[in-house]
Amino acid sequence: MEQHFDVIIIGGGAAGLTAGIYLSRAKMKTLILNDGTIGGQMILTHQIANYPGIENISGYELANNMKKQALSFGCQIKNSIKITDMNLTDYIKSITVNGKETYTANAVIIAAGGRSRMVGAPGEERLKGKGISYCATCDGDFFQDKEIIVVGGGNSALEEAVSLTKYASKVTIVHQFDHFQALSHYVDEAKANSKIDFIMESKITEFIGEEKLEAVKIQNQKSSETEIQKIDGVFIFIGYIPNTERFSGILELNKFNEIVVDNLMVTNIPGVFAAGDCVSKRYRQITTAVADGTIAALSASEYVNNIKITNSELATD
Amino acid sequence: MLRTNLPHLLSEKEHSELINNNENVMVCCGRMGPMCIPVYEIMEELQSEYPNVKFADMEFDIPDARVIRNLPEVRNFYGIPFVIYYKNGKVVKATSSIQTKEQITEILVNYLLKN
Repeated sequence: MEQHFDVIIIGGGAAGLTAGIYLSRAKMKTLILNDGTIGGQMILTHQIANYPGIENISGYELANNMKKQALSFGCQIKNSIKITDMNLTDYIKSITVNGKETYTANAVIIAAGGRSRMVGAPGEERLKGKGISYCATCDGDFFQDKEIIVVGGGNSALEEAVSLTKYASKVTIVHQFDHFQALSHYVDEAKANSKIDFIMESKITEFIGEEKLEAVKIQNQKSSETEIQKIDGVFIFIGYIPNTERFSGILELNKFNEIVVDNLMVTNIPGVFAAGDCVSKRYRQITTAVADGTIAALSASEYVNNIKITNSELATD
Repeated sequence: MLRTNLPHLLSEKEHSELINNNENVMVCCGRMGPMCIPVYEIMEELQSEYPNVKFADMEFDIPDARVIRNLPEVRNFYGIPFVIYYKNGKVVKATSSIQTKEQITEILVNYLLKN
């Protein structure tokens, strides 16, 4: 593998793969560096029914199709790498992976995505998979006729709470605010379900159990009173956080640590673009990530072509 | 059958042969879901890095997967995949739900490959 590329893309989710497809099809020498699973958050979705033109597909299949498409146009992909050093501010960008391989490029697209937010209470990491879950479709059937809690107040939390009533005898939704962020039809459906109870303005402050989850400590945000509730399982759906820690101090980030871009996906550093769930925006969907990736690719392509034209003119002079 | 590039264990007999004929074995028992797929992909990558370990998957819902589902080590597991690490045919470590490459590598090194 050669070391210099026209464009390096950091991240292999919907935005990164789309950028890879567009750039490699435009004959740009393109490398995707991905430190997680190809497909990113996309593979967390079992069935996608609102991707235009495709009636029904799993996130895994859609991700695999995008990957195949990118590879077919000549895009190179390095998976499960760890970025150990990078220089994005110089004219020629450089990224070192696994402490030994360095790749350079004229432009970089950051499509680092996001990851599930954890509650952050004591016991959470230790009891993951032993009563604490982040995937209802994966683990719901372990909780047949058991009492569970769903944490969160967005679309995912309420939709999954309803779906979990197929298995659980009782579902309690614990939410930190006095109202839900979810769309009204998700809220209405949850409220109409006799198996679902609500504990509002409250947070889980501790997960209790030795070998498995046995109880949680819940604190009311107004009164600060705490109670211990015995429970069989907790499902957590409290949104995502952007994977931008490594860009802090290099790129302009907003107060949510999302990368600030303009409508052409241009960051504050020339030649560095960003796309997908890691950028500052309101709606995070596969379709919006695909749109971001497309725009970032076209912008990066124009940037690289301008460099090539300038270099060629300088050589002629 | 799981759609992975790992050897598939389709029966108790195959499972038994694998763990008894190899010193170090890692088996991921799951479905094609979001918590399982990343683990399969990590295992596919680790196959070349750790030739002394045999990697395989087993579909969680086939009857013969009881050989894993009924292990005492997984009685408190409430999240797939169930990942079992065997040394000379004995379970030395088991994990529930998704794990990172770093977490898996640490287990391989500390439980299977040390000594």
